Amino acid sequence: MGKLERIAARQDRAAGRGPTRRGFLLTAMGSAFMFGFARQGNAAQVYPQAAGNLPAGGAFEPTIWCSIAPDGWVNVNVIRAEMGQHVGTALARIIADEMEADWNKVKITYVDTDPKWGLMITGGSWSVWLTWDQFRQAGAAARTVMVEEGARLLGMAPSACIARNGQVIAGKRSISYGDIVSRAHPTRTFTPDEMAKLPLKPSSEHRLIGREVKALDIPSKTDGSAIYGIDAKLEGMVYARPKMPPTRYGSKVVSVDDTEAKKVKGYIRYIVLDDPSNTVPGWVAVLASSYPAAIRATDALKVTWTPGKTANVTEQDIIEHGRKQIAEKTGGSRIFNDAGVDEALGKADKVVERTYTCSSVLHYQLEPMNALARLHEGKWEVHCGNQWQTLFLPVIAKALQVPESDVVMRSYLLGGGFGRRLNGDYAVPAALISKALGGKPVKLVFTRSDDVLFDSIRSPSIQTVRAGVNKDGSINGWEHHASAGWPTGVMAAAFMEKGEDGKPYDQFAIAGADHWYDVGPILVRALDNDLADATFRPGWLRSVSSGWTPWAHESFLDELAHDYGKDPVDFRLGLLTCKGRNAGSAPNSVGGASRQANVLKKLVEKCGYGKVSLPKDTAIGIATTFGQERNMPTWTAGAAQVHVDRETGVVTCQKIWLVLDAGTIIDPDGALAQTEGGALWGLSMALFEGTEIENGNVRDRNLNTYTPLRITDVPDMDIEFLPSTEKPMGLGEPGVTTIAPAIGNAIFNAVGVRMRHLPVRPADILKALKEKGNA
Amino acid sequence: MIKFKLNGRDVSVDVPEDTPLLWALRDDLDQTGTKFGCGVGQCGACTVLVGGRATRSCITPISSIEGADVTTIEGLHPEGKHPVQEAWKDIQVPQCGYCQSGQIMQAVSLLKDYPDPTDEQIDGVMGGSLCRCMTYVRIRKAIKKAAAAMQKEEASHG
Repeated sequence: MGKLERIAARQDRAAGRGPTRRGFLLTAMGSAFMFGFARQGNAAQVYPQAAGNLPAGGAFEPTIWCSIAPDGWVNVNVIRAEMGQHVGTALARIIADEMEADWNKVKITYVDTDPKWGLMITGGSWSVWLTWDQFRQAGAAARTVMVEEGARLLGMAPSACIARNGQVIAGKRSISYGDIVSRAHPTRTFTPDEMAKLPLKPSSEHRLIGREVKALDIPSKTDGSAIYGIDAKLEGMVYARPKMPPTRYGSKVVSVDDTEAKKVKGYIRYIVLDDPSNTVPGWVAVLASSYPAAIRATDALKVTWTPGKTANVTEQDIIEHGRKQIAEKTGGSRIFNDAGVDEALGKADKVVERTYTCSSVLHYQLEPMNALARLHEGKWEVHCGNQWQTLFLPVIAKALQVPESDVVMRSYLLGGGFGRRLNGDYAVPAALISKALGGKPVKLVFTRSDDVLFDSIRSPSIQTVRAGVNKDGSINGWEHHASAGWPTGVMAAAFMEKGEDGKPYDQFAIAGADHWYDVGPILVRALDNDLADATFRPGWLRSVSSGWTPWAHESFLDELAHDYGKDPVDFRLGLLTCKGRNAGSAPNSVGGASRQANVLKKLVEKCGYGKVSLPKDTAIGIATTFGQERNMPTWTAGAAQVHVDRETGVVTCQKIWLVLDAGTIIDPDGALAQTEGGALWGLSMALFEGTEIENGNVRDRNLNTYTPLRITDVPDMDIEFLPSTEKPMGLGEPGVTTIAPAIGNAIFNAVGVRMRHLPVRPADILKALKEKGNA
Repeated sequence: MIKFKLNGRDVSVDVPEDTPLLWALRDDLDQTGTKFGCGVGQCGACTVLVGGRATRSCITPISSIEGADVTTIEGLHPEGKHPVQEAWKDIQVPQCGYCQSGQIMQAVSLLKDYPDPTDEQIDGVMGGSLCRCMTYVRIRKAIKKAAAAMQKEEASHG
């Protein structure tokens, strides 16, 4: 959290702002800004929707995060994007629990951008982890004031009163929070220091946290009333579609011919975008009075470009470039850079080395990219779902050549995020088109093929793992080298971490490799694949690097275990010694590697790994990770049971087991839903989906050739969270992390072939079986 | 001018004949619950009922539904309480929710053909509806729950 606060402070400084009003600056004002109910495409959304119609003047707002209205309704302001995690519900449960609010009178507001909110980002499985302390303290502030004022109204000492379920109670007498607000008009303020000292409830007193709850955003998602960015509508708006250039960067428009486009009824004009932010170089936008007309006119418009330099780049070029980077001893950033790695490997009986690769992956979030922009009352409004407003609002301002204070992003539900909408590049062209029209409202919608061409894909990657192994199979030193495109390097370079060698690196292109195993001195090296960066804009995709680094080291550990005749589980448990840097520390990693060992033991108990007898060509494989980030470990162990068809090469995943320790669980069903979805993403990327760069662009453009997992492919799943009262970590992504290596390891156990490329396709299995047969 | 019945009301739209039903619903008739996903009939997000049958509105030209009876998610039940919608809420199916209007309409259609569907029947019919959040486990559960509720309702009316 400290790290993110530093990031936020850096952003504030970069934007010329002083310390922002994040934290607990307190006022007792009525909160006009948060209760904008008449939503005409310009007010933050409120759930449950019915609560949005309630009057709420004169509310008590002890912090910017929540308010209590005279009618007793509690509003919680949510600065995180709602993209399926039910994040608003989880965060509101934290504040409401500490506040002792009546959950039936709690609503959530997904707010628009404002500097006062601080860092607006929804990613990295951070939301609960990042908000835990802040919202408990905000809840405690509200509760403290309610008890003080309620006691006064009841004529009692605060010490004689308790707060429960939206009431202050003294013996048989009680008064509701709403009545306290309407009668006492509380105005108490706290300094940040006072705020931090407020007593927080122990976990034994939690009444909402950890209990079942129905997510507040779900009802609207079953009757068509939920409003996503693509549903935004403004009076007088026109529609736009992009005409995509041949390369992501460097394409230049030579000529445009709209003779044929003019024949499309509803076609208005085209615009060659001039983009000072260089987000959408070489773009031409087509305007029409309806979206179908924009689609047709764009197809009919003829544009000639000089393409950028990457017009002929292939996936293989990128992988080979990475292979060369890894082969060179210098270069990259060293995340772990322990002394003595070379010596250890030199002394070892044998150095084992393996290389693993992963294909490009599309986000294919189901709501195609879109944004609606206009100039309204002196402000540029951009209406869209977005995951990192703090990052892209300045880019939009730069594109428009206006100060950041002149831009506001209106929040909507996201029809899928998965990291795609951390990159707000799609908002820029909408703003530019509106500017070209003098601020008129314009809704830019990407068709699916536009969306895919413009995707910030998960970069293809290549990784080499090397270990010094003694005769008894013990490991005396370790190296992990990974080359991939760097999303953070490209889009948010200032936020990169620094390695132990002082060099910046993209933590989201190496995290996961910095594991908790005791394998002697370790070198972990992250390499920026600059050919990838030049060809496409690499993106953050669900689990980021923790979705692919375990493919390398968790496969590799299994390979070593088998080579040296060891049980893969015992082998791992022997490395999870919980010593030195792996001992863990408060508050995030209390217990360290011992907690990873615990989830693995529990997993083995559940799935019967190594004990159950299964039919021919059927086996279980296991893997374990620490979720997303070393600094925020969600201890995870996963197993997959697969059957391999030797005739067709088809791998069928029959069952998945997952055991996780994510600390305190706020919303158990939401946690389960996120983990189910994560696990199936892991399975989809292991066996069903993946694309390749061809001629500088992704080969697949839609579902005719891109084949993510469908309902038919879903295995049985058994997911368990270990009980814990430690600080909550994240759950949006960890479910992904173990699945691919568990499947790779299961395939080996089933038919004895070792797969080292993702996704695993039937043809690869057949080839491997054939090679094995010939060997 | 194309005329048809939308959620029980007579409507008419003045759009080119080859306009996909999806865009007429969303942009001309303000029924935004039906979603745009792939545009080629392969994700199911745009599924509506035409004459009671699940139909991919993104590849259905408006001219082909002249005089037809179209039901969208908004018209499935006046209070959003169709047994399928109730099951979807009970099981907490939606995550991002973007595909769920289409999933629900497809499930309603499925239950007309197979009031007590097997897993294979569910796979066969729902396999055309992509959920990128991967809520499939819950979709299956909710369909079975809705089927049970509808059969119970049927029995009590019988």
